[in-house]
Amino acid sequence: MTDAKKPDRGQLRIDVDECKGCGLCIEACPPKVISMSERLNHYGYRTAIYGGAGCTGCGICFMICPEPGAITVLRLASKCVGLAAEANAAGQEAASCASN
Amino acid sequence: MSSEHVTSAESYQGTTPVVPNEAEKPAGFSPSESADPTLDYTVAHGRAKAFYEHYERKDELQHQTHYCPGCGHGTVHKMLARAIDDLGVQDRTILVGPVGCSVFTYYYFDVGNVQAAHGRAPAVATAMKRSRPNSIVISYQGDGDLSAIGSAEILHAANRGENITVIFVNNAIYSMTGGQCAPTTLLGQKSTTTPDGRSAATEGYPLHVSELLSTLEAPVYIERVALGDNKQVAQASRAIKRALENQVRGLGFSLIEVLSPCPTIWKMTPVDAQRWVHDVMEKTFPLGVFCDRTKERTPQPHALESSAAPGTLPKAAPTLADIPGILGVAEENLPEGNAHAVVSEHDIDLQVRIAGFGGQGVLLLGEVLAEAGLDAGLEVSWLPSYGPEMRSGTSNCCVRIESETIDSPLVNSPNVLVAMNEPSLRKFDKSVRPGGWVIYNGDEFPANCARDDVHVLALPFTHLADELGDTRASNMVMLGALLEITGVLPQASIDAALRRLVKNPRWVELDERAMARGRELYKESLLGGVKCVPMAIQT
Repeated sequence: MTDAKKPDRGQLRIDVDECKGCGLCIEACPPKVISMSERLNHYGYRTAIYGGAGCTGCGICFMICPEPGAITVLRLASKCVGLAAEANAAGQEAASCASN
Repeated sequence: MSSEHVTSAESYQGTTPVVPNEAEKPAGFSPSESADPTLDYTVAHGRAKAFYEHYERKDELQHQTHYCPGCGHGTVHKMLARAIDDLGVQDRTILVGPVGCSVFTYYYFDVGNVQAAHGRAPAVATAMKRSRPNSIVISYQGDGDLSAIGSAEILHAANRGENITVIFVNNAIYSMTGGQCAPTTLLGQKSTTTPDGRSAATEGYPLHVSELLSTLEAPVYIERVALGDNKQVAQASRAIKRALENQVRGLGFSLIEVLSPCPTIWKMTPVDAQRWVHDVMEKTFPLGVFCDRTKERTPQPHALESSAAPGTLPKAAPTLADIPGILGVAEENLPEGNAHAVVSEHDIDLQVRIAGFGGQGVLLLGEVLAEAGLDAGLEVSWLPSYGPEMRSGTSNCCVRIESETIDSPLVNSPNVLVAMNEPSLRKFDKSVRPGGWVIYNGDEFPANCARDDVHVLALPFTHLADELGDTRASNMVMLGALLEITGVLPQASIDAALRRLVKNPRWVELDERAMARGRELYKESLLGGVKCVPMAIQT
C-alpha cells in the first residue's frame, strides 16, 4: 500500500452466518480475492471471507453462490472514481459521493 | 493518497480485513464493508426481491436455505429470482414446487406458490395458467420428478404447448431419498439401486429429456445448460431469464434443463461436484439449444391482454344467464333447471357432511342436495370420499351450498351432519359447528355423543323407510328432514334434481314420498316426542 493506486472497482460483503462454506465462490473468483476462514461460524461451517482488496465487482461469486443472500457485491459508482481520488489527494475527509 | 488508505483501513480494523495476510485475524470474520468510507459503493448483486427476507421453515437459521453446501438448487433459485425481478413479474408469478429436495420453494420465493404431487407440476401449472392467463406460471422440477414419475405430464404439457416455463434441474440421481438410480443416471454411475453402476442391459439408457421434447412441434424454447463453471453459470442465468421472458410475451412452452451438482449424494466436495458436471455429465448430456421457435411464434391473445394490463385479473367469466346466448342455444331448447333461482335476503352458507357405510345412499343423498342447489342458482360443491369396497366400507361426502363463491370443497366443520350409522356419528360428531344440526339414523342417540351446543334429530330412519316400502329410501327420508330443517332450497329445485339423478319412475315416486315423510318427521319432532331441539339453522 505504499504506492498510490486506484480504488477497487468492487467490494464484497459476505454474511458469515449465511455462508455454508461450500467454497464455490473461492474457486469461481477471477482475481482470487476470496479465501476460506479458519474460524467456524455460529453453525460450525468454515466460511468464505473476502481478502479486503482486489474485488473487481464482476459478480461471478454472487451468481455461483447457492445461498440467496450470503454474498453481496458492491460496485464503485463510476462518477466516484475521479472524485474520491481528488479528495484523497487533498488529504481531506471527503464527503460521501452520494451527497456531491 | 496511500496514507489515506491506511488510515481508513485502520479505522475499520475490528470489522474488516484489509489486506489478504490479515485475513486470519479474528477481526476479519465479520461481514466486509467498504474499506474506504469516502468511496461510494452501491449494491450491484444482492439478494433478489423475489426471495423472502426470512424463511419461516424453522425457528432458527431463518436466513439460510435447507440445501446442502454447494447444491445447484440454490444457484438455480437465485437465477430464477433474479429473472422474476428483472422482468417485474413477482406480483403475478405462481411457482409450482415439486416433490424432491426443492419441495420447499414456497418457503423461499415471495410469489404465489403451489406444491404439486410428485411429477404433476406441469399439469397443475397448466390448470393455473389456463384459469389465470395473466399469471406467470413456473414449474420447477427435479429429474426424479420430471423424467420418471412425471414423464407423462411433462410430455403432454409440452405437446400441448402450454404457455408455461419449466425449470428442470437434472442431477442424474434421486437425491432426497438417498441416491437411487433415476432415468437420468449416467451409464456406469453408481447409486444405491445400481451399486455396480448403471447398466444399459438392466436399467436402460439415460433419458435425454430436452432432446426428446424438442422432437415435438409445440414447444417454443428448449435449452440445456449446466452449472459446471463460471461461463456455464452465466449462460444458465441468461437461459432461465429467456424462458421466463417467452412466457411473459405469450410465446408458449419453454423448458430449461440445468445440469446441477449434488455434492452430498455424489459424495464429492462442492468444487469436485462442479467439475464433474463439466467433465463427465456434459458428455452424456450435451449442452445447447435444442429448439427455438421464438421468432416464428406470434404471441397468444390472452398473453397480449396480460401484457397490456400487467397485474390485473383476467376478464370475469360470463354469467350463467349469458351462456346460452354465447353458445347460440335458443330459449325453447334450454334444459330445465335454473328456473327456481333462490333470492335470499341473507347469505347462504350450508356445509353438510353425510356419512354412512357404502350402499346406504350417502353419495346420492349428497348429489341430490348439490344438484338441487345448482338448480336454485347457488354455488355448490360435492366431494365424495369412499373406500375401495362396493358395500359396507365407510363412505362420506361433503356438500357445500352457498351464495358466495366456494373456496374449497372440503367441509371440516359442517353445520349439518347426516350420520347414517353410529361409527359415522362417532367419527364426525365433534366436528359439527356449535349451533349446527346432527341428523342421526338410530333408535337411541348415544349418550356420550350428546353435545349441549348442537341440535339433534335422532330417529330410526331405516325403519321408517321400511314402512314406506323400501329400506333403501332411508337416505331420502333423512334428506327430507335436512331440507325441512335448513329451508334454503325450494321444492321445485329438489324435484328437478331428483328427476335428473334418478331415472326409474318407480324410485322417483318412492323417493318423493320418502322426502315428504322426512319433512313430516321433523315437523312432528317440533311438537315433541322426539329428541330434538327446535331452532332454525343459522345460514
